[in-house]
Amino acid sequence: MPIDRIKRKLTSEGAGTRDDVPGVVVIKDSNALLIHSLDEAAARWGLTQALPLANARAICPDLVVHEADIAADAKTLEDVADWCDRFTPLVALDAPHGLLLDITGCAHLFGGEERLLKLVCDALTQRGFTVTAAIASNPVCARTMNRHVHGRIVPDGEEASAVSPLPVSALGASEAITLGLRRAGLKTIGDVASRAPHEITARFGAAFTARLAQALGEGDAPISPRKPPPDYIVEKRFAEPVATDTVIAMSLSSLATTLVAAMAQQGKGARRLEALFFRTDGAVRLIAVDTGQPVTEARVIDRLFRERLEALNDPLDPGFGFDLIRLSAARSEIVVQQQRDLDAHVHDSDELAALIDRIAARIGGKRVLVHLPQDMHIPERAVLPVPAQQHLAAAQQADWPERIEDEPPLRPLRLFERPEAIDVIAQVPDGPPARFVWRRAAHAVVRAEGPERIAMEWWRPDGQGFTRDYFRIEDEHGLRFWLYRDGLYDREIDPKTGKPVQPAWYMHGLFA
Amino acid sequence: MTGARMSTLATLRSRIARLEAGEGAHEARRVALGHAEADALLQGGLATGALHEVFADGGRQATTATGFVFGLAGRVAARRPLLWIRQDYAERETGALSASGLAELGLDPRCLVTVRAPDLEAALRIAADALACDALGAVVLEVWGETQKLDLVGSRKLTLAAQESGVTALVLRIAALPTPSTAETRWSVRAAPSLPGAASEAWGAPRFDAELIRNRHGQTGRWIMEWSCDACCFSQPAADSQPVAATLADRSHQAQTHKRRRRHA
Repeated sequence: MPIDRIKRKLTSEGAGTRDDVPGVVVIKDSNALLIHSLDEAAARWGLTQALPLANARAICPDLVVHEADIAADAKTLEDVADWCDRFTPLVALDAPHGLLLDITGCAHLFGGEERLLKLVCDALTQRGFTVTAAIASNPVCARTMNRHVHGRIVPDGEEASAVSPLPVSALGASEAITLGLRRAGLKTIGDVASRAPHEITARFGAAFTARLAQALGEGDAPISPRKPPPDYIVEKRFAEPVATDTVIAMSLSSLATTLVAAMAQQGKGARRLEALFFRTDGAVRLIAVDTGQPVTEARVIDRLFRERLEALNDPLDPGFGFDLIRLSAARSEIVVQQQRDLDAHVHDSDELAALIDRIAARIGGKRVLVHLPQDMHIPERAVLPVPAQQHLAAAQQADWPERIEDEPPLRPLRLFERPEAIDVIAQVPDGPPARFVWRRAAHAVVRAEGPERIAMEWWRPDGQGFTRDYFRIEDEHGLRFWLYRDGLYDREIDPKTGKPVQPAWYMHGLFA
Repeated sequence: MTGARMSTLATLRSRIARLEAGEGAHEARRVALGHAEADALLQGGLATGALHEVFADGGRQATTATGFVFGLAGRVAARRPLLWIRQDYAERETGALSASGLAELGLDPRCLVTVRAPDLEAALRIAADALACDALGAVVLEVWGETQKLDLVGSRKLTLAAQESGVTALVLRIAALPTPSTAETRWSVRAAPSLPGAASEAWGAPRFDAELIRNRHGQTGRWIMEWSCDACCFSQPAADSQPVAATLADRSHQAQTHKRRRRHA
């Protein structure tokens, strides 16, 4: 595959590649350049993988050599996997260069297994990839088959007879095991299978026996798909690719109607919606929208996607058009029906939740926040801002400490995320400041109230700090500040230097 | 002026009045602020379903203006949800809104939903969208710095959305000079020093030196307003017998220093 990627890149850049000139990709391994991947022409010259480049040049002087790029190869594999999402939601990576598709229940949508196999292989070949593929009842069997022959479909129950004639190397076991098997005179998989399992296990380990059993169609080997399958999927294929915004929007809203109808049958609503746009050239774009409450209306889904699409930094680029649009409910929840007519409050909080969903769809859920009180005295941690989509109900019922009557505000209205260091002149070391300089402007203190002493939480691992003495300060213009002195003068020891603390002053907040 | 011109003018005026009233618009309610003189001038109080602007008189007065806006929002929203929209970099400059500070002002932090918009354009869009949602009590848009986006056209969008739903729009402008807009009222706010007293004495309720610099339906004025946290309303300072002139003189001096500072910056 690496060589396919490089050739595709060269072709797209307009530099033609010739099939009769052998090309290889080399990788550096312990100070020697080894062949990592090679094309068909190079294979005809008798070059093989892991052959040192010097040897290869000796065999074939006019070799075209490319540098390997593992990250780009992995990215290409991911892209191909994205493209394969159109056939089944269960696509797993088989690193470094393979993909496993679980096509259970999907093949009939493409006219049977044979036609699906041909469809996938033809499309990938057309895009410049060399493909081999096989279909079998479990991934290990298919993988074994595929290492040796291309395009075989192993019917159910015939796995053993299909893989038996293959050489042991097709199992893909480690070099030592393959060599060991050959030395023992076991040339084909059938030979190995004919021995008693305990003999094989004793020599080659239980993992190999399990793999052998799976290759023979005994037992199942699950694949680990790249993403969990969505709860509901609806999709629309286009004979003629669509590229205009109106058609795309209309397709999405008709898909939304279908999706909602499917979910309504089971009394569910969507919490996370994903729209996948498959472009004709193989690129796939995912647009996801989260909601705070389960969505059961097509109108709402439509609106959320409209907000999201409008706010995209890099707009949906249809290129030559999309040939498949898929809408899926990645997460769904059972909808609790509420009587809404009599209680205006329920209606209001529903509308607020819908508004929060729309804003979140536009700018992201982490930017819409509600505030939860925390049982803590440290000012910056006393309130926790949390995403409103998930925590709206909790925030509306939160229990805030009562304010003390007849007392001016004890906490500032604005709090700096990081307290800002200030220069302070105080009359006595542990007294309130008389003057201070904050952001290059001097303030004369007219009134000072304090200290309010707040000790750090020494019982927590991250609570090692100095005790703070907070002062409420008013300056000559009536501006009100919240300052603190970090550390008790001469009474706390700095753990870093082992000497008594020289307190520093900080501006932590501003009062109205 | 000829009769024909007069009648043309009259027709135009009535058309403008009809446009400004807005067809099917929400009936504007007025909420008393609690400060008798200001309420009298505003003909009963702050109009809901309209746009009001509050300018902080210099960047240092940002928090004072924030408190004033929260006071206005607390009056008009009356326990309904309050949406506060701001740009995310503004937090660095003026500090983040503190919900515990809000609770200390006597307002309900449970009603507060804050939005951190990536840029002003997004903030304006969200504000217009939010104003269409009548479940809200008030929408506050905090804008830092000068901008052309809140001119007559930009503010008209917000005004129309507010009229339609009856939700009050409050725009807090920090580090900006007032420009023409469709706001119902425009305020310029700065902190008012506490009354003279012992230096070690605690200060009292938040005090604002609020100047009403635009009032579409009446005169303008300037008052010292106090926010009483327990009653959750504005009030006239108790000791008004204190020499007001002295504080005035002090203020003009203060304004000059601010201007000077801005020139240097």
